[in-house]
Amino acid sequence: MTETLPADSAGSAYFLDFETGDERRATFAVIVDNEPGVLHRVVGLFSARGYNIESLTVAETDRAVHTSRITIVTRGREGVLAQIRAQLGKIVQVRAVMEVGGDARWVERELALVKVRGTGDARVETLRIAEIFRARVIDTDVDSFVLELTGAPDKIDKFEMLMRPLGLVEVSRTGVLSIARGGERV
Amino acid sequence: MTAHQIIAEATAQTAPDTAVETLTGAEIVVRALVDQGVDTLFGYPGGAVLPIYDALFHEPRLKHILVRHEQGATHAAEGYARSTGKPGVVLVTSGPGATNAVTGIVDALMDSIPLVVITGQVPTHLIGSDAFQECDTVGITRSATKHNVLVRRVEDLPRAIHEAFHIATTGRPGPVLIDIPKDVQFASGPYTGPDAVRFRHAYAPRLRDDSSRVREAVELIAGARRPIFYTGGGVINAGPQASRSLRAFARAVDAPVTSTLMGLGAFPSDDPQWLGMVGMHGAFEANHAMHDCDVMVCVGARFDDRVTGRLDAFSPGSKKIHIDIDPSSIGKIVRADIGIIGDAGEVLDQMLEAWGGRRAANLSPWWTQIDQWRARKGFAYAPSSTVIKPQYAVERLYALTRGRDVYISTEVGQHQMWAAQFFHFQEPNRWMTSGGLGTMGYGLPAAVGIQVAHPDALVIDIAGEASVQMTMQEISTAVQYELPIKVFILNNEWMGMVRQWQQLLHGERYSHSYSSSLPDFVKLAEAYGAVGLRATTPDELDAKILQMIDTPRPVIFDCRVEKAENCLPMIPSGKAHNDMILADMARDMGSVIEDAGKGLV
Repeated sequence: MTETLPADSAGSAYFLDFETGDERRATFAVIVDNEPGVLHRVVGLFSARGYNIESLTVAETDRAVHTSRITIVTRGREGVLAQIRAQLGKIVQVRAVMEVGGDARWVERELALVKVRGTGDARVETLRIAEIFRARVIDTDVDSFVLELTGAPDKIDKFEMLMRPLGLVEVSRTGVLSIARGGERV
Repeated sequence: MTAHQIIAEATAQTAPDTAVETLTGAEIVVRALVDQGVDTLFGYPGGAVLPIYDALFHEPRLKHILVRHEQGATHAAEGYARSTGKPGVVLVTSGPGATNAVTGIVDALMDSIPLVVITGQVPTHLIGSDAFQECDTVGITRSATKHNVLVRRVEDLPRAIHEAFHIATTGRPGPVLIDIPKDVQFASGPYTGPDAVRFRHAYAPRLRDDSSRVREAVELIAGARRPIFYTGGGVINAGPQASRSLRAFARAVDAPVTSTLMGLGAFPSDDPQWLGMVGMHGAFEANHAMHDCDVMVCVGARFDDRVTGRLDAFSPGSKKIHIDIDPSSIGKIVRADIGIIGDAGEVLDQMLEAWGGRRAANLSPWWTQIDQWRARKGFAYAPSSTVIKPQYAVERLYALTRGRDVYISTEVGQHQMWAAQFFHFQEPNRWMTSGGLGTMGYGLPAAVGIQVAHPDALVIDIAGEASVQMTMQEISTAVQYELPIKVFILNNEWMGMVRQWQQLLHGERYSHSYSSSLPDFVKLAEAYGAVGLRATTPDELDAKILQMIDTPRPVIFDCRVEKAENCLPMIPSGKAHNDMILADMARDMGSVIEDAGKGLV
């Protein structure tokens, strides 16, 4: 050839962040037209292209214009996350895709219902820890409680861990919701 | 006159401007198609679409082509669409009608072909009850379409149809399916025309990139010493003007141009700047130029694995500009240094404008290098005076049809690659092949659709004997509608590409790739009411091809070719563009491909 490019000329197709960067967790809010099959399209896209779903929540959020907000927590390298965003954007019923969460500009919350069975000291300890976590008792029986807890996902994980030796029976979680701090609409 | 008619007439007289026409769902379908400018649809009737077929009976403006299998309808519509630039329209029934259409729908999705597929569905009150010929059509086709919809109310039907055409034809084109239950076809509702309808979705693809990126890209191109244009089906989809803009810009830059399989014809093959097709079976000079370029301008192509070869060795020294209307194509496989989202034609025009009156840089060292690669003659093959070489057959077919109004379709396999290598195109929309999905059986029904759109043209399906049997029955469609398509079969009795891979990668164990009881294609043609021809030696080939061209009826041409010919040159699996094997060095190709490469397809 007539000339050679220096090795650091950024000519390679693959930047480090793109190919070999670390995976990270990301939360996407997807605003969609609320019509049959749209959730299937979103979920089908994730399975067809091999993306992860860690949690998914969906509900109609604007009844006047029939739009729903889907919040998806996923995991991947930067290139994969960019693809997820672009592929979601191609769905005809998708009105907007935003990455929400991941830093202090966002508030993330999840709600969990936790059933714990036990008697004696374990029962007392359950209530004590519930109080620390500001969990509410919403059902009680002679040997069991159902506790309601909201918080960031890692707080709920921690609560689950502490309840396990005390007689954790079952957990039901909503998946993550996320919204921006401050008065602006995204 | 009934009371109802009197009232209707009075209403029409008093309020002519606001009168809303009331039609049945079936009539709405037919009217909407006419209003969308549709002249032809490809279909097959059945219980769940009978009301629409009844409405078609009274509509002389719509020509219906009755196929023999619903897959044929979808491929015919693809052929129609790709050769005209207009959307192809398919009408099939519920259940098996819809499932048979799925292959063609996915084919259109992969190759970005605008289709509107209308499927009948069981009546709404039976949906979900496992009724006769019921299937979950929208569920099955959700990942097979760009968009699909089950229309449950006749009031939603006009919008659904007009929106389907809009979505199918704009942005990155693709198939849109509308599933219409039978009771909705019978029900009456107001009709709204395409201009008055309000779309449901906030779908608005971006056509131009008004950021500074276009200018940055032009600066990068202007500074390049080894630039190359790598163009794809997106240029074809953007319309003939995009091809003209590509030619103008390539001329201004003086850069070589290569293309994917899908993009052939956008740049004329007789232009000195044309390098030939890129990729696994592409031109030696095109692949080497891709590998060694310093600026790659990708226009409407998507770095498919058949193009890139080994990814970590793909064009290692180049900056890449990627122009695509689909944002998800940019950065999907290969990182773009400059990504530009927009229609290929619009962006090329923007680039031409930004280029202004500049003079092309002196690229003579680059062209000297390219000429050295060209001199290697990568498509050379060993000729024969006794056996018809498949490459020779395509060469003769090209030579004897030059200057005619020719459209080519293909099936999938070795013959497809030889057609791409040895048949040449000067204009877009002349080359119809299944690229992304690689659907054997595409070519014959596609030829039917092309011939319907271009009745006086010479339409040839360059076929293999294995592929063509997957949709052979559509020759009956061609006979019924007097469509003089030519099915030119390169008959080597093998599934040739499978045989080639078994030879190269599987120790010459030819597992189930030989057809030991092929039909007599000449008699088969005659049985269908078509004309059968056969050539077995090189001597008789020209005369038989001319006879085929001069036959004003459908022809099946059984061209008996060398059985064990391999398709070369070839980038072996897991190798880079500059690791091509050529015909004169290919002896033990299995040893060239490493274990990692053997795992690839």
